[in-house]
Amino acid sequence: MSLFGKLTWDAVPFHVPIVMGTLAVVGLIGLVIAVLMTKHNKWGVFWRDWVTSIDHKRLGIMYIVLALVMLLRGFADAIMMRTQLAVATSGAEGYLPPEHYDQIFTAHGVIMIIFMAMPFMIGLMNIVLPLQIGARDVAFPFMNNLSFWLTTGGAILINLSLGVGEFAKTGWVAYPPLSELGYSPGVGVDYYIWALQISGLGTLLTGVNFLATVFKMRAPGMKLMDMPVFTWACTWANILIAASFPILTAVLAMLTLDRYLGFHFFTNEAGGNAMMYINLFWAWGHPEVYILILPAFGIFSEVISTFTGKRLFGYKSMIYASGAISILGFIVWLHHFFTMGSSANVNAFFGVMTMVIAVPTGVKLFNWLFTMYRGRLHLTPPVLWTLGFMVTFTIGGMTGVLLAIPGADFVLHNSLFLIAHFHNTIIGGAVFGYMAGFAYWFPKAVGFKLDERWGKASFWCWLVGFFVAFMPLYVLGFMGMTRRLNHTDNPDWNMWLYIACGGAVIVMFGILSQIIQLIVSYKNREALDDTTGDPWNGHTLEWSTASPPQYYNFAEIPTVHDIDAWTDMKEKGQAYKKPEVYAPIHMPKNTSAGVLMSAGFTTFCFAMIWHIWWLAAAGFLFGIVVFFKRCYTSDVDYYVMPAEIEEIEQAHIDSNKGGINA
Amino acid sequence: MFIRNLSKLALFAIGFILTGCSGGILDPKGQVGVDEKNLIIISTILMLLVVVPVIVLTLYFAWKYRASRDFEIYAPKWAHSTKIEAVVWAIPIVIVVVLGVITWQSTQELDPYKPLEGKGKHMTVEVVSLDWKWLFIYPELGIASVNELAFPTGVPVKYKITSESVMNSFFIPQLGSQIYSMAGMETQIHLIADHPGTYDGYSANYSGEGFTGMQFKAIATPTQADFDAWVEKVRQQGGDLTKAQYSKLAERSENNPVEYFGHVDKGLFHSIVMKYMQDYGEMDYYSKPEDSAHMDHKDHMQHKKHMQMGAGE
Amino acid sequence: MTAVPSSLNPELSHAHGDDHEHHAHPSNNVFGFWLYLMTDCLLFASFFATYAVLYMNTAGGVSGKDIFELDYVGIETAALLLSSITFGFAMISAHAKKQKAVLAWLAVTFVFGAVFIGMEINEFHHLIAEGNGPQRSAFLTSFFSLVGLHGMHVTAGLIWMTTLIIEVARKGLGDKTVTRLSCLSLFWHFLDVVWICVFTVVYLMGAM
Repeated sequence: MSLFGKLTWDAVPFHVPIVMGTLAVVGLIGLVIAVLMTKHNKWGVFWRDWVTSIDHKRLGIMYIVLALVMLLRGFADAIMMRTQLAVATSGAEGYLPPEHYDQIFTAHGVIMIIFMAMPFMIGLMNIVLPLQIGARDVAFPFMNNLSFWLTTGGAILINLSLGVGEFAKTGWVAYPPLSELGYSPGVGVDYYIWALQISGLGTLLTGVNFLATVFKMRAPGMKLMDMPVFTWACTWANILIAASFPILTAVLAMLTLDRYLGFHFFTNEAGGNAMMYINLFWAWGHPEVYILILPAFGIFSEVISTFTGKRLFGYKSMIYASGAISILGFIVWLHHFFTMGSSANVNAFFGVMTMVIAVPTGVKLFNWLFTMYRGRLHLTPPVLWTLGFMVTFTIGGMTGVLLAIPGADFVLHNSLFLIAHFHNTIIGGAVFGYMAGFAYWFPKAVGFKLDERWGKASFWCWLVGFFVAFMPLYVLGFMGMTRRLNHTDNPDWNMWLYIACGGAVIVMFGILSQIIQLIVSYKNREALDDTTGDPWNGHTLEWSTASPPQYYNFAEIPTVHDIDAWTDMKEKGQAYKKPEVYAPIHMPKNTSAGVLMSAGFTTFCFAMIWHIWWLAAAGFLFGIVVFFKRCYTSDVDYYVMPAEIEEIEQAHIDSNKGGINA
Repeated sequence: MFIRNLSKLALFAIGFILTGCSGGILDPKGQVGVDEKNLIIISTILMLLVVVPVIVLTLYFAWKYRASRDFEIYAPKWAHSTKIEAVVWAIPIVIVVVLGVITWQSTQELDPYKPLEGKGKHMTVEVVSLDWKWLFIYPELGIASVNELAFPTGVPVKYKITSESVMNSFFIPQLGSQIYSMAGMETQIHLIADHPGTYDGYSANYSGEGFTGMQFKAIATPTQADFDAWVEKVRQQGGDLTKAQYSKLAERSENNPVEYFGHVDKGLFHSIVMKYMQDYGEMDYYSKPEDSAHMDHKDHMQHKKHMQMGAGE
Repeated sequence: MTAVPSSLNPELSHAHGDDHEHHAHPSNNVFGFWLYLMTDCLLFASFFATYAVLYMNTAGGVSGKDIFELDYVGIETAALLLSSITFGFAMISAHAKKQKAVLAWLAVTFVFGAVFIGMEINEFHHLIAEGNGPQRSAFLTSFFSLVGLHGMHVTAGLIWMTTLIIEVARKGLGDKTVTRLSCLSLFWHFLDVVWICVFTVVYLMGAM
């Protein structure tokens, strides 16, 4: 074994123009950013205020930046797949041979779920949740920073696989025996394993962190059943994270042992059982989709009640419905493989359980409807995303219930109908939700509102693009087209494949509109400035702070008397009031320990992928040493003095002179 | 624009469901497929009963209570109504109860392991998924074919399915259900073609590089005589499939052409299954008495590894 | 200009050492650690489930009956259970702020833990030497993984204990240190409970 393990220059795909072109573009963009940052002398600020920041709001922004970057990568994969399938019809081979195509659909799935949706959700939660419960930060701010960098470490690994080696060619579920060494001898599956493992660890820590936060750090007076509905939704999601991610950790560890040490968990040989992987994978994987969707539900609730100027209808129903979804989400995993030959009773049980989830979900839809009822609905972009969701997701829910009937699943499973269904729920549910949340909380996080016109353009492109791209897939599923085909030879399918490709292009315009929206809004940031901190006349405590919020969140921790705590304070005239004296605020100091630990562990993962054992040991040890050093550092906190608080608070109050903005 | 788009697409989708389209699962050619198509249609209609009102109400409320219509009643603190809550919980519960009953019954009826009722004696075909082609063994006839499957119209077929390597899924959309093929175990499915024709067959579960080419034709011959002629053709044109030749066949190949084997070693399928199953302990995961009647090698105690809930029981 | 409460001044003058997670309370740490233990519990549950599925799959090799020596494992178990009791004494001493007693009890606990790990390594070594390593069959794979996972936890606990022994010896029993001892104590008792499950499910049921 050489010094660099399996890593040689052959690992870089110099002969693949698409990859080299992408790398060149990414490299160029990176270079431009680096030059600009050097020119404007921003490296110091970047390191001090962002990389090492343990402020939940800044971490939230970084999570969302990560999510948006990965959205671009994942979408590039998507549009390559759609164009390949539009070109490779009637027996044509297309431009992506299976060797690449198989990596692309695997990467697309992993990226969109683990590195786009999850960071997006966690980013919004980071920004909003502590503010909503009137806390100064999360329970473990340093761990929050570490979580972010572990997730980023995973994202770096998956992107490295593009230029160094290859990614898995197994589909995002990586079922053994295909993902075992005998059938996937390359480093692709190892990239998959370690990228998921390290980011999964980050997510698990986040789940624990935010659970401790909501149970231990709520503002005085806020009982559990007074928590804002988004916080509740996130809490359910975090319970699911804490309960399901260990299973992912376990199943990935088992696959690792199989591949690295010749164990026999899931091999064909020596009594291994691949079905165990599939069960464990979905015991994580199914709750995972609820982890994605529940916070989105919470966002819709916030958006609808804010922009109708009404209280949320059926708050308790909403909380219980989310709870029911969370619990049921754990006993339905088998519906991902009705076709594995379980007995009829087992299949029927899991089918019916799956349908039962439609009940609390349906209740939620009705409650949003009745929140609009007798309200004053402002059709802002967040509301458009919400309405788009309600229409789209209802269809996705219906096809989901259809797939939950084993008899129907026997012909629809692994067809494009299934693909259409889960994109219908994940895009039409989770992504629309995050987009709504993005537009809704953007002024809170950044300080200025987003341009509405481009926001609406983006919404319509996404919505229409979604329908044009995915309705044909439902049809193709009915026509018997199975998933993950590299090329087709059935003239009946061609038209639908072309339309679907067109839909992807429309979605691309939606994404472009969002990029333009960000640029335009930045340029007009003075006109769009949110001086009040409460641009939408919000209901919950995050709107009581300035935009962006004071770094200590609350000069004085508020006392809560109502679910809509901020509305309550505004109505009672308690808003924007100064206390007699400000007490010093105890704050944690930024630290480089998180990013350094993650650097160590990411190096460890990379070295494991390439069997560079000395580097793996070094990376791991480095991470551990940094951790111990952090544990024994006493210089971790400081106090904000009343004079400084006074000054910051006065500015916030002055900007709201004249009372509550209408 | 949005509503128009949407309704157009919805019409498309519904149109397809009701009229069916050639070649897919909505154009079934066998009893199982017909049952499944009906199941899909009935459940869809049931769900539309609640889905359509929700969509219509969403758009209607959004229009009616938009901010510019400030003459509508505004009730900012109205947030609870036990009556409405009861109704919104009740409606989905009722639908799900009805669907649940349908699901329970249809799942029993469409159990792939269940022989087709009232269709007479089943013919047996042993199916092996290889990298990347399908091998069909006819144990009663002692012949085999690759990537071409034939059976007489109107004769129910029992497929015993396994895999030489990775997981695949045996699927002929127009005949109905699919089921996974897995190494070291045997799954089963019972299908019938009620109309003669040549139907596309796929692997519905991704299995690696040559997956796309892993397709086959399923020929439902119009009569028994036509089938016999096909068998004769296989016997005439095909060589032997001994265990040694099987190992050669099992090597990786893509877009395999149709191949015939006029003579197959007895017990080949059993030996493929047992190759990995022998590593299992003596746990009898699942056994169906009716299977033993069909067993070709009664001298071997066959342990069927059959997925149970959670794989653990 | 508002006045700073005078009581705060001394705290501001030096680094605020006893409050590790900043403005959060030590109770946050213990609660957070409980949550972590719950997730760890699920990690073990996954390995238990896998063991339950694979333990019959011996691939013609040895089964539990052939390799488990209950006497040997009984001593191992006793060592671990005793270490839990001695850790309990360490915690009682910690709350009573008796530094020397804490150190002594932690040392005893460490020895018991090390005996347990030593015996486990010895058991594994013998099995592998006889050709019954984890690569031999799915049963052995799941056995080594489940027992090994527990062993790795105990090893991590021993390393943690070492750092805490040094910490107690050098810095005494500050609030932060006692909180850390409480967390390790939870961890240690948790591993005991897990071991009782391992002992029952793997060894007792396997040997019978």
